Amino acid sequence: MIDGRPHVLHRAYDVVVAGGGPAGLGAALAARRAGAQRVLVVDREKEAGGILLQCIHSGFGLHRFGEELTGPEYAQRVLHAALDDGVDVLTDAYLLDIGPDRQVKLLSTEHGVSLLDARATVLAMGARERTRSAIRIPGDRPAGVFTAGLAQRLVNMHGVLPGRRVAILGSGDIGLVMARRLALEGVEVVGVFELLPHANGLSRNIVQCLHDFDIPLHLSTTVVGIHGRDRVDRVTVAPVDEQLRPVLARAWDVPCDTLLISVGLIPENELSRALRLRLDPVTMGPVVSSAMETSRDGVFACGNVVHIHDLVDFVSAEATLAGGHAGRFATGQHPTPDNVRLQPSTNVTYCVPHTVSTEREHTVYLRVREPLLRSALRLSTPDGRVVHERKLRYVVPAEMVTLRLRPPLLEGFHGDTLQVEVLPR
Amino acid sequence: MTVASLDVAIIGGGVVGCAIAHELSRYRLRVALLERSTEVGFGTSKANSGIIHGGHHASPDTLKGRLEWDGNRRWGALCEELGFGFARVGELTVALSDDDRPALERLLRHAEEKAVPGVEEWTRADVLRAEPNLTTDVVAAVSGPTTAVINPYEACFGLIESAVHNGVELRTDCPVLGLATDGEVWTITTPDGPITARFVVNAAGVFADRIAAMAGVSDFTIRARKGEEYMLDKRLRGLVTHVIYPCPTPTSKGTLVIPTYDGTIMIGPTADEVDDPEDVTTTAEGADRVLTAARRLVPGISERDIIAQFAGVRAVLDTEDFLIGPTAAPGFLNAAGIQSPGLTAAPAIAAMIVELLRDAGLDLVPGAEPGRLDRPVRFGGLPTPQQERLAADDRAYRRVTCRCELVTEGEIRDAIERGARTLDGLKFRTRAGMGRCQGGFCTARCMEVLARELGIPLREVTKRGGGSWLVLDRDDLATGSEPG
Repeated sequence: MIDGRPHVLHRAYDVVVAGGGPAGLGAALAARRAGAQRVLVVDREKEAGGILLQCIHSGFGLHRFGEELTGPEYAQRVLHAALDDGVDVLTDAYLLDIGPDRQVKLLSTEHGVSLLDARATVLAMGARERTRSAIRIPGDRPAGVFTAGLAQRLVNMHGVLPGRRVAILGSGDIGLVMARRLALEGVEVVGVFELLPHANGLSRNIVQCLHDFDIPLHLSTTVVGIHGRDRVDRVTVAPVDEQLRPVLARAWDVPCDTLLISVGLIPENELSRALRLRLDPVTMGPVVSSAMETSRDGVFACGNVVHIHDLVDFVSAEATLAGGHAGRFATGQHPTPDNVRLQPSTNVTYCVPHTVSTEREHTVYLRVREPLLRSALRLSTPDGRVVHERKLRYVVPAEMVTLRLRPPLLEGFHGDTLQVEVLPR
Repeated sequence: MTVASLDVAIIGGGVVGCAIAHELSRYRLRVALLERSTEVGFGTSKANSGIIHGGHHASPDTLKGRLEWDGNRRWGALCEELGFGFARVGELTVALSDDDRPALERLLRHAEEKAVPGVEEWTRADVLRAEPNLTTDVVAAVSGPTTAVINPYEACFGLIESAVHNGVELRTDCPVLGLATDGEVWTITTPDGPITARFVVNAAGVFADRIAAMAGVSDFTIRARKGEEYMLDKRLRGLVTHVIYPCPTPTSKGTLVIPTYDGTIMIGPTADEVDDPEDVTTTAEGADRVLTAARRLVPGISERDIIAQFAGVRAVLDTEDFLIGPTAAPGFLNAAGIQSPGLTAAPAIAAMIVELLRDAGLDLVPGAEPGRLDRPVRFGGLPTPQQERLAADDRAYRRVTCRCELVTEGEIRDAIERGARTLDGLKFRTRAGMGRCQGGFCTARCMEVLARELGIPLREVTKRGGGSWLVLDRDDLATGSEPG
């Protein structure tokens, strides 16, 4: 793989991007195209590409490239596009700190500790996995409990297997993909256990990763105990009631030597916290404008650091937006302020971006709380005046709803707060 | 008659055994410490709250009460010498109603009897000024400025590293299977073969009664009292600055809110008798109790802040006191029943054991004093110019291995050079994997460095030794062979 590692590190950059996954690489390219001269991507791994590099299955890029790619193929495309356009990519490097004046502190194997100035920065650090402790599973603490992403890394990057007999908690996409991956390796996958009454991953993954391999999916069931002194020897699972409380009287033991945990991702926002950015308590990512600008001028964000996406294609779209604005910011063009605050309301957990403008076209991503077979999306003022309403197809929490907002849709509305609801119809 | 190959064999590499090894290393003696686990400190010690108690908790009428204050005074110098962290943060024992006042008075009386300095009663206003996040239900508190926090596993590693430098032999993965004496020399059966010693010191923690029984000493039994602890996200650093104690009950100091040496907040422990001395399970019910009790002291604590949970087992005698001294079996000494304040008392217990060995006829000729150990590099906590120098000289400090705790590969390598053999050993020495992602990111990297530095394949890397293998290779899957 071409690494594009700069041999000279400049003292100042127009745009510095934290993270070389699809979000960071996409933003860097967009920044260059928007006129930024010096653009640096900093990535902690030896090769840029982010988590895509360990996602060796296909299914990426249908929206973006109109074809089905594997994760490494998708990563290769965005990396090459960035390098061809003159982006510097510094790998095996870590962005230690961003100061209030966008002074950046780096640690890299190539250059040691470096201090640089950036006119604009883009946060694209991605997400981390929720852990066993975050969901407080009681019991022993033996070897053999892995997050699904760690197991994926071990299998696909290091060529080793996490165990012989694997139970999976959570029906998130990484867990589903790992169920199939391990089944293909000859590992016995004893079942996937999901707390909620509906699966958490994409429908296509339920079919292609579980049904096709006869792996049972137990809905409304969770792991209530991990057992084994040195290594996992079994887990206890139990059905849950409507309040999601385990019914221990109906618990049963599942013999296994491994438990994979796939219970969601959390935006990786250490740098955002250090910068004291405003964070959204629901997404756990920064609050962003329609230019993907955070609460601090010149600091932009995109990808899973803002909210968890289901498809990398959407990450790339968001990255193009964020990087373009960062590039223009670096050349002195600040984003036009927004005049509408989107307020998630009935059956909507969050909207990104958090603000939009009545004057421009926007893509708004949102998630619903409850699945609905036939639904309608409604935008209304706080006093109940409906500004826009449209039919939606089947909506589920696991699949992001994309809403294109064009000025004519908001005609007659002149700003301030818009409530966003998804209602049964 | 056999000639003993050792003067003293210490059974058990918890903080007590390590402190005894360190103390004995000051003399010209042949000493070995036998530990059943792959690394020292992996039993009760690693699950300790890490508090060096102020000295005024236990009654001066008990052995533990006398050794508590003596131990407290020894730790400051030890930490300096051994290069691990020690912070005298002080403590507040908080009364939440007037019914708690007798407990405060008892603490003040103990402090006076033991001449622990600075212990005084604070008014509600004093307490809330110093700790604004405490419950406003507080009516008064006793402040103890002598209380400190350390990392208990670092204490074990530091003590044993220094002892080994000074000639003590450390044998890990070395469980004791049998003990026999000819009246002069003890023969200790281990999987590595027999080991002979003139004196045996039993510092086997929750297994001390079983070890004693092997030596023919069956006059005590150890009960296991489990404590669950919960670690909160680093974001809460500064939530409290003193160790916060509720007023104690007869069996426990209660659930504390502890500002650990590393700046995280820990809440716990529980105190529940369990049948199995190796029962270190955490329970949903224990978590609820700890949260409820901690919230009574600091209402702002939320279950969403928990990033890690663990449990340890205290070794408890019916007397609720330590049992330290010679036994009916000549040359076999106990350091048993070391429950709280055992960590605090450990250096004093070690000094006491050395004197008991002298009384029993061991010739103590002073040898080289243990040298000072270099403090391990903590890259993340250094000012930029120092980071620049380190990174310029050594490329291993340029690569971040654990991002949550900002641990570089250089620190991982250093820890392996200083004795880490397992993932948990690395975690306790460097904090890699202790942060909010709980090893999601760094586990694979730490495994790679362990494999490289120890010259083993990934399948032989373990979490904590024994059967705690982490990964299989495809051959293992095909043949059913056991990795590790």
